[in-house]
Amino acid sequence: MLLIHCPYCEEDRSELEFRWAGEAHIARPDAIADITDEEFAEYFFLRNNEKGLTYERWRHIHGCGRFFNAARDTVSDRFLMTYKAGLPKRPVPGVSATEKTVETYEQTEGDAR
Amino acid sequence: MRKYSVFALAREALRAHKGWDAQWSSPEPRSSYDVIIVGGGGHGLGAAYYLAKEHGITNVAVLEKGWLGGGNTGRNTTIIRSNYLYEESMDMYEHSLKLWEGLSQDLNYNVMYSPRGVMMLSHNTHDMQSFKRHINANRLYGIDNEWLTPEQAKAYCPPLDISKTARYPINGAALQKRGGTARHDAVAWGYARAASDRGVHIIQNTEVTGIRRGPDGEVTGVETNRGFIGAKKIGVSAAGHSSVVMEMAGVRVPLASNPLQALVSEPLKPIFPCVVMSNTVHAYISQSDKGELVIGAGTDQYNSYSQTGGLQIITHTLDAICELFPMFRRVKMMRQWGGITDNTPDRSAIQSVTPVPGLFVNCGWGTGGFKATPGSANLFAHLIAKGEPHKLAAGLTLDRFRTGRLIDEAAAAAVAH
Repeated sequence: MLLIHCPYCEEDRSELEFRWAGEAHIARPDAIADITDEEFAEYFFLRNNEKGLTYERWRHIHGCGRFFNAARDTVSDRFLMTYKAGLPKRPVPGVSATEKTVETYEQTEGDAR
Repeated sequence: MRKYSVFALAREALRAHKGWDAQWSSPEPRSSYDVIIVGGGGHGLGAAYYLAKEHGITNVAVLEKGWLGGGNTGRNTTIIRSNYLYEESMDMYEHSLKLWEGLSQDLNYNVMYSPRGVMMLSHNTHDMQSFKRHINANRLYGIDNEWLTPEQAKAYCPPLDISKTARYPINGAALQKRGGTARHDAVAWGYARAASDRGVHIIQNTEVTGIRRGPDGEVTGVETNRGFIGAKKIGVSAAGHSSVVMEMAGVRVPLASNPLQALVSEPLKPIFPCVVMSNTVHAYISQSDKGELVIGAGTDQYNSYSQTGGLQIITHTLDAICELFPMFRRVKMMRQWGGITDNTPDRSAIQSVTPVPGLFVNCGWGTGGFKATPGSANLFAHLIAKGEPHKLAAGLTLDRFRTGRLIDEAAAAAVAH
């Protein structure tokens, strides 16, 4: 179970209090009725699903109830940073989005074999 | 390939089992192939087998970054059924179930397909209405599925608690008798052996790190940790890593990778005769031939490639199992693991051509890919060989997210399926 820092409550709380809410920083098109089907599919269905650094929304549903953003590593599941909703996407110090993470199972279990 | 039979077994028994060959060969990769399959799980190995067997394409390589069946093929709870709601799903899963029925004979490899029945528990009026709708849809389509009263369910599966005072009372169940289980490792090994015998190269410990494309955008091969390997066609069948591989060719697929967990108990004597699933309280359970209770838990809520998951997911499932089957309350759990499932927005698979010429994708099987293994592999081979989908898989295109023609099994199953 993850331990998540809510930037509004300013407390580390158990994952049970939170609800994952999808990729962060996706802007709804202004004139959504005017966009093409391709653009709608892109906005509505296509997500980055990154292996490594990802930006996502969480909601402290059993706490303050508010949405916030988080930067997390999807290989180690480690939270790198959380910040309030509405703030722009921020780089994580020392981590670039293209950096390869080394804690994959292939490297651990694969080597063990 | 040496045929496996009772006579071969008897002969080897007299010779201290020294005459068995390796089940498949592990050759050095050629410089290029007609078809490269990325991903050596059941779906990928099966596709290579059917390419060779049904389409005469034998210059094929299966590239696997780890070992055969080490991903979701070896991590699932081995449930097989075809009682889905929508025609596109019924077409695919019923095609698969029919192949399961003859798979051991076809491959000359015992995959231990056991049609012991899959029972889905109904706990409330909504469940009952939903299951009866499934049953009617299935029967109209020629797929077996029947409604059981609680007493009939108890007769089919004696460990079940159907008392009125149970924590999760049962008001009936849907039963597909042809559903059941199979041995997951044997599926990967059986396909690998049969494909290798027909000339397919099975190349393990080789990770695809890039997809190279020609001047017209068509694929020309893959970069791997063992160098470049050319290919006229590439079929991606990489489960939870499908979006990572497709990104190498600049194709985005609507997938979310989530951990899904399973666990097994210490081995017990035969006590549990069928597969029981409860979507409402989220538990599934069966007993393997080794005697372990095989229990499927849920997915974690967030995207992850960690192949682990939160302990609260498992305890939630075990709470439900202990209420449904009070006799299992003191059974010890032995092992727990996670696999990375690739989930689409409508929880139906994608088996499709892509905007990149020569690149085909088979993904999005999410939490229910094992049961589809033979059918999916068979139809994926057709797609790669012909360049267009078989009519049984015609609805599973990538394009449906643009046209809006979704196959909403997410709503139909209510949970991971």
